[in-house]
Amino acid sequence: MTETSGSAPLVNLAAVNKHFGDLHVLKDIDLSVARGEVVVVIGPSGGGKSTLCRVINRLETIDSGTITFDGRQLPAEGKALANLRSEVGMVFQSFNLFSHKTILENVTLGPIRVRGVPRQQAEQRGMELLERVGIASQAAKYPAQLSGGQQQRTAIARALAMDPKMILFDEPTSALDPEMVQEVLDVMVGLARDGMTMMVVTHEMGFARRAAHRVVFMADGQIVEQGAPADFFTRPSTERARDFLSKILTH
Amino acid sequence: MEAVVEELPVILQAFWLTVKLTVVSGVISLVWGTVLAAMRVSPLPVLRGAGTVYVNILRNTPLTLIIVFCGLGLGTVMNVQFSADDLSINSFWLSTIGLSAYTAAFVCEVLRAGINTVPLGQAEAARSIGLTFPQTLRLIILPQAFRAVIAPFGSLLIALIKNTTVAAAIGVAEAALRMKNLFDAHGDAVIPIFLGFAAGFVVLTLPVGLLFGRLARRMAVTR
Ligand SMILES: Nc1ncnc2c1ncn2[C@@H]1O[C@H](COP(=O)(O)OP(=O)(O)OP(=O)(O)O)[C@@H](O)[C@H]1O
Ligand SMILES: [Mg+2]
Repeated sequence: MTETSGSAPLVNLAAVNKHFGDLHVLKDIDLSVARGEVVVVIGPSGGGKSTLCRVINRLETIDSGTITFDGRQLPAEGKALANLRSEVGMVFQSFNLFSHKTILENVTLGPIRVRGVPRQQAEQRGMELLERVGIASQAAKYPAQLSGGQQQRTAIARALAMDPKMILFDEPTSALDPEMVQEVLDVMVGLARDGMTMMVVTHEMGFARRAAHRVVFMADGQIVEQGAPADFFTRPSTERARDFLSKILTH
Repeated sequence: MEAVVEELPVILQAFWLTVKLTVVSGVISLVWGTVLAAMRVSPLPVLRGAGTVYVNILRNTPLTLIIVFCGLGLGTVMNVQFSADDLSINSFWLSTIGLSAYTAAFVCEVLRAGINTVPLGQAEAARSIGLTFPQTLRLIILPQAFRAVIAPFGSLLIALIKNTTVAAAIGVAEAALRMKNLFDAHGDAVIPIFLGFAAGFVVLTLPVGLLFGRLARRMAVTR
């Protein structure tokens, strides 16, 4: 199975288990994400959503099961793992921009150091990406000088600069002031429209409805239910999901 | 007082040697200490273990013992030589080895504390764009760690300046040894000579503290 044709899923998790000590965080997870698909992961705190994201680029290792990306099993370590990670973008809740580098340097570092792109070319591409996320005018500043929304858009540009096959988003807007949420979601909707494969942990149902192809509801380390956003939000089939939705909807 | 004026060339020469010992040992221990810190945070248990053992031994051995070991053990017994005929060159480099080996252990620990101030998310972001562990350390973690420990590095440098006096134990003609010689030559001027040398050390150390304090504020990483 080394097929990489258009129909094979980009990511496939089969019977994946993960423990933190005694805590069983991922329980027999089976999940695949197709090319160009946008999957929103939703669920109560501690349910394992972040961990699910993090095992896909192996920021966390798994105890059993298999994960394939683009037809290949995830490499365990070394150069091969670094290569895999360069193909899977990640956007964190807390942005994690490199504090000692300018906005433009944040975006060009990966292309220059990982891909060996010449600096000038990387900077040109970096400026295009910053333009695309609407912060080209901030290119020479340092992350701490930007608002949260601007920082998160930089983080998205940094991920895009690697031309990833997929981007993982772990609660990209939950550390943001409310007035900045939309500017980040707009960028993400744009990416979804352009066909980027995305896995997004978020409770922003507006985003899920506008951009997601599928909603995955996760609780206690298990995928409890999944379906199209319209179905899931209006007619959740499990008690657990109904209960969860009623709680977040009233807020 | 005349004794100090009269012997000024000797005193200045002695302090020049102190400065040379400090600069050379400082540079070597900075490099070696950084390598040790990298070993101590590396994912390879062998490297981590070796780094830990080294640091704990060197940090807990009195400097005088280390310098004497370098002079006698390396120099006399194992016959490590840096110059065939000039003994002062030999003792200079042997004591530099001792000072560097010792100071590097402290550089390593200060730097490791600096690494701990860098949020984990920085390394995760670096790994997630495909940087390897050495790249992550070199490009992301260490640059931020260094900036966080500039002030403690200043303290280490001040300690190193003063520690160079231990090189007198194996006959390096730096300030402390020269001072003792001058005491013998000018028995009536012990206090002025002492004050002269003490002032010399203050002239060396005081600006270091001020400079590093200012540098630390200028270079601080804002998060
Ligand atoms: N590095 C770790 N060490 C130990 N336990 C961990 C670690 N990371 C996560 N956990 C635990 O694993 C469980 C699942 O965590 P995870 O972060 O995946 O949940 P989540 O669904 O993302 O929650 P949240 O909505 O709060 O972000 C939690 O109970 C958490 O405390
Ligand atoms: Mg989480």
